[in-house]
Amino acid sequence: MSQVKHVVLVLSGKGGVGKSTITTELALALRHSGKKVSGHSLCGLALCFPPCLRQSQRLTTLCGPQVGVLDVDLCGPSIPRMLSVGRPDVHQCDSGWVPVYTDAQKTLALMSIGFLLDDPDDAVVWRGPKKTALIGQFVSDVAWGELDVLLVDTPPGTSDEHLAVLENLKKHRVDGAILVTTPQAVSTGDVRREITFCKRTGVRILGIVENMSGFVCPHCSECSNIFSKGGGEELAKLTGSEFLGCVPLDPLLSASIEEGKDFTQSFPDSATFSAISSILHTLLKSLETD
Amino acid sequence: MADVPENAPEHCPGTTSEQAGKSSSCEGCPNQKLCASGATKAPDPAIAEIGEKLSSVKHKILVLSGKGGVGKSTFSAHLAHALASDGTKEVALLDVDICGPSIPRIMGLEGEQVHQSGSGWSPVYVEDNLAVMSIGFLLSSPDDAVIWRGPKKNGMIKQFLRDVDWGELDYLIVDTPPGTSDEHLSVVQYLSSTHVDGAVIITTPQEVSLQDVRKEIRFCQKVKLPIIGVVENMSGFVCPKCKNTSQIFPPTSGGAEKMCADLNLPLLGKVPLDPRIARSCDEGKSFLSEVPDSPAAEAYQRIVQSIQEYCSNRATEEQSTT
Repeated sequence: MSQVKHVVLVLSGKGGVGKSTITTELALALRHSGKKVSGHSLCGLALCFPPCLRQSQRLTTLCGPQVGVLDVDLCGPSIPRMLSVGRPDVHQCDSGWVPVYTDAQKTLALMSIGFLLDDPDDAVVWRGPKKTALIGQFVSDVAWGELDVLLVDTPPGTSDEHLAVLENLKKHRVDGAILVTTPQAVSTGDVRREITFCKRTGVRILGIVENMSGFVCPHCSECSNIFSKGGGEELAKLTGSEFLGCVPLDPLLSASIEEGKDFTQSFPDSATFSAISSILHTLLKSLETD
Repeated sequence: MADVPENAPEHCPGTTSEQAGKSSSCEGCPNQKLCASGATKAPDPAIAEIGEKLSSVKHKILVLSGKGGVGKSTFSAHLAHALASDGTKEVALLDVDICGPSIPRIMGLEGEQVHQSGSGWSPVYVEDNLAVMSIGFLLSSPDDAVIWRGPKKNGMIKQFLRDVDWGELDYLIVDTPPGTSDEHLSVVQYLSSTHVDGAVIITTPQEVSLQDVRKEIRFCQKVKLPIIGVVENMSGFVCPKCKNTSQIFPPTSGGAEKMCADLNLPLLGKVPLDPRIARSCDEGKSFLSEVPDSPAAEAYQRIVQSIQEYCSNRATEEQSTT
């Protein structure tokens, strides 16, 4: 963990708002941005990398930023499918568990309970203490190596997993948390409680993302606000947090997530992708002002 | 599945397991003798108390899903509304989502408080025949976070089942958080001395959701909880302008239909996405009475009907066997 420069938690009081989707897309976009840097054109994103990141890119020119994703949703791990890594075995090395890499260049490392189950349909029927113990192992025993950013995807709520992750990570560092919500009051209501959780546990709120914000009909271009509109931004104002941006409902994004395809590569011209990269941009800037 | 205390030594087999007090990790644990004596394996006396308390409840239905945000609370609320639309039936809705209680808002009861009476906590009533209980009623502000680990959540659930003055009920609907952890185990355990009709499983069409829901089904099989059926929510969206259907959450692996066929479970129905559902929930109104003639409301009604039939069949089956 000592070689991990930034740790960002992805939280939400509410389930199914897109924590894992946002985690996945941010990780992919981050890697994507680095590739451009190490290639030819310096894209806008690279300029806002914190200086330490830029230095590390010079060192690892070939692979750009090293990104890690830790999935601590033990009862419903979604990340392995979203990054299409299947269920490889996790190996041990001298320095601990070797994370699973999504690419040959080893730029995106991954750890999830999904890799430890014999049967993908097996239910992890565990109470808190057992979950806490595994998360402790995930934090201390995974050999992440050098990482620029570690994104931690969490289950909904403010309970065992969240406390365990914080307790264990705080020994190293936690830069802050991104809160994901959908626009409805039913969701922002739960996220308000998550904000209190962050305040009470001393976690800096890096910003709020409003996901599933509006759906543009592919047939007639009419925008329907299926889950209402603007709730995330209102919540940010109400609580004095930064608003990172809106991600629309996009069937292409849900399809990419379903099939584990890299949305940031397949649809770089879409409005959804520009929303994601703008969120990443703001996020990196606030990591810099730490 | 055994009970492992929070401060237990590593590899504690659990206080209720066969190995309690006997395994190598129990060496040196201050409670080793207690565990080895078998006292901890005795069932929690609360289970019997709850059994007695809820003996006047005819039907108990759990609403489950491995995945969050698929519409468990929305479904639970509408199931409660629909069942209570028959004025002769007494219905109660219990929200055991301790960290993210949504039921108070969906039922239009935000800011309500629970009152204490001689016979326990009084639930909050939406109608004369529709009672609601949620941790949301015990919090002083909408910002209050419930930062609790498992054992404390379990204690709360125990209180909800044992200490709430539910009265005579035809239906008790229990809305749960996502997952297969403390809350779920506790509800099933505390209800083990009563008869639970079964669980309704909610999912959305994508594989990302179904893969978690399969785990939940496995959970039900492990704890021997009958499954009434599966509801596919957010199934397609009809554009209000051009009436074309879009699969916002695409059923890439065949959706709930294929999963139900594979696992031999009844599919109770599919509910389409409708912006008016989210709006009704935010405003705390019943979508079924707001827009009764919409396809989504009709789908809800059909599903509720199948659940009613299931419950009454089960009741007659039981009478004939006893």
